[in-house]
Amino acid sequence: MIGRQRDENPDGIHLPLAPLPGHTSRGRLERVLRRGEFAVTTELNPPDSADPEDVYNRAKIFDGWVDAINAVDASGANCHMSSVGICALLTRMGYAPIMQIACRDKNRIAIQGDVLGGAAMGVANMLCLTGDGVQAGDQPGAKPVFDLDCMSLLETCRIMRDNGKFLSGRKLTTPPQLFLGAAINPFAPPIDFRPHRLGKKIASGAQFVQSQYCFDVPMFRTYMQKVRDLGYTEKCFILVGVGPLASAKTAKWIRSNVPGIHIPDSIIKRLEGAQDQKKEGKQLCIDIINEVKEISGVSGVHVMAYRQEEYVAEIVDESGVLKGRQPWKREIRRDDQMVADRLESILHDDITETQVDMVKTAH
Amino acid sequence: MSETTPAVTQATLVKKAAPKSDYKPADVSPQRRVQRSFAVRLWSVRHSRLLEWFYAKFADMFLLLHPLWKGIGYGRVEGPIKFVEKRVKGFMFDCRMCGQCILSSTGMSCPMNCPKQLRNGPCGGVRANGNCEVEPDMPCVWVKAWEGSQNMVHGDSILTVQKPVDQSLRETSAWLRVTAQAAAAREAAAAAKNGAANTGAPA
Repeated sequence: MIGRQRDENPDGIHLPLAPLPGHTSRGRLERVLRRGEFAVTTELNPPDSADPEDVYNRAKIFDGWVDAINAVDASGANCHMSSVGICALLTRMGYAPIMQIACRDKNRIAIQGDVLGGAAMGVANMLCLTGDGVQAGDQPGAKPVFDLDCMSLLETCRIMRDNGKFLSGRKLTTPPQLFLGAAINPFAPPIDFRPHRLGKKIASGAQFVQSQYCFDVPMFRTYMQKVRDLGYTEKCFILVGVGPLASAKTAKWIRSNVPGIHIPDSIIKRLEGAQDQKKEGKQLCIDIINEVKEISGVSGVHVMAYRQEEYVAEIVDESGVLKGRQPWKREIRRDDQMVADRLESILHDDITETQVDMVKTAH
Repeated sequence: MSETTPAVTQATLVKKAAPKSDYKPADVSPQRRVQRSFAVRLWSVRHSRLLEWFYAKFADMFLLLHPLWKGIGYGRVEGPIKFVEKRVKGFMFDCRMCGQCILSSTGMSCPMNCPKQLRNGPCGGVRANGNCEVEPDMPCVWVKAWEGSQNMVHGDSILTVQKPVDQSLRETSAWLRVTAQAAAAREAAAAAKNGAANTGAPA
């Protein structure tokens, strides 16, 4: 396919899109959500390497299936390539990354600098997180920073964007244009506080939220009921976190070792009863997507397929959430084709022309 | 030679509580596990309504004493007041002397006791039993805060978004700061009223 896609800057895929009224960012994700299309986002498993190809290869498997890719910031407090670094690489290639910012490792000085740097590279979406405690990761002896919390981080980004100022009040010459996100976990206590907490996040500046893994649909439904009653679905796009479980054993391990993930017994029973647990895990994920997409107020799904990234395309395809729509895909552009055509003749045709001949043919 | 009994240090206890072989990603909580109980802190949360009432009276009293503090000088009373505040609040709430107390907005559960020092609500890692993700034996500060706020008259102030902590105010007296601010606000209001009365009066 050659030609310009819907959400693409004609002057270059790495450039920000034209500003639209009512939009705070110049990114693709905000456009998709504001058009009312069902959005699909996913997470890139950050490499433990300094090779950019690792990032490109990992992003490539999502091509044409997702609207935005989360660049995680040392998730689970495990050390990996930084989210800023991943975003730098992804924006270069025209992808729409969601830059995650965790409060665990950076204080307000570093964070505000990263927000500016990220926005300058063309990152349109930023996801403000508190971050897991250092005890959860591979370096439990690290010093936890937690200078800001997710709420004050959201507010900081919003102040930078809307007021054009640092937290200190110092002016920015060009404020960042951002679509601000946050995380929600409807499945952890105190359950009745959770909808109000979403309200607080919206008040601090959240425009979209991605939820923790949803395995308990009835529980999520009650949460959404409360959220709708409070009127938050009109102020914020809610993306439900889903993902395939590799096996019943992994599910059990996750349940007891990863904080904040709630997996009901029925899910584990269903996996245990299956012949091919991996396939059943995928099917389970598709079933959950099909259930949650019908809940009113849900604007999309966030597919987290850690170490099973190759299934994202299948899951999105088989659940049919895109309804035939194809998200932006990296492809050969018209000018690329022209360059390729010319180079073809230079590289493969066996012609030796002198300067004089060239002038003659040109006339 | 008399036999030397190996000294049991804090470090030994910590090591014992978290043997490296039993390493689990979300289950490393050596320090708090061997250190203390949370009985008094939890009592304070259970009696949040009483403490809210008491705190309001207490703040009024402090404001009444404003001329006294001003007479002696806020700078000079800072030392002794801080000494008392630190110990009283330390006993009642496990206060960390952040210097910008928001206990009345957090159900009388001090948010600085959260290992992530969250001031705006619980993180997503709260365990199913309502305990902390980082310290599995400690009830989540924010689960308690929510319970405490439900008992309070102005409990819905838990919904206000708190600003980031100003670290430069650490180890200062929140009581005196709040009193000074309230007094200043009162004076400003009085001045504005006088000003309005003066300009409003017919010439």
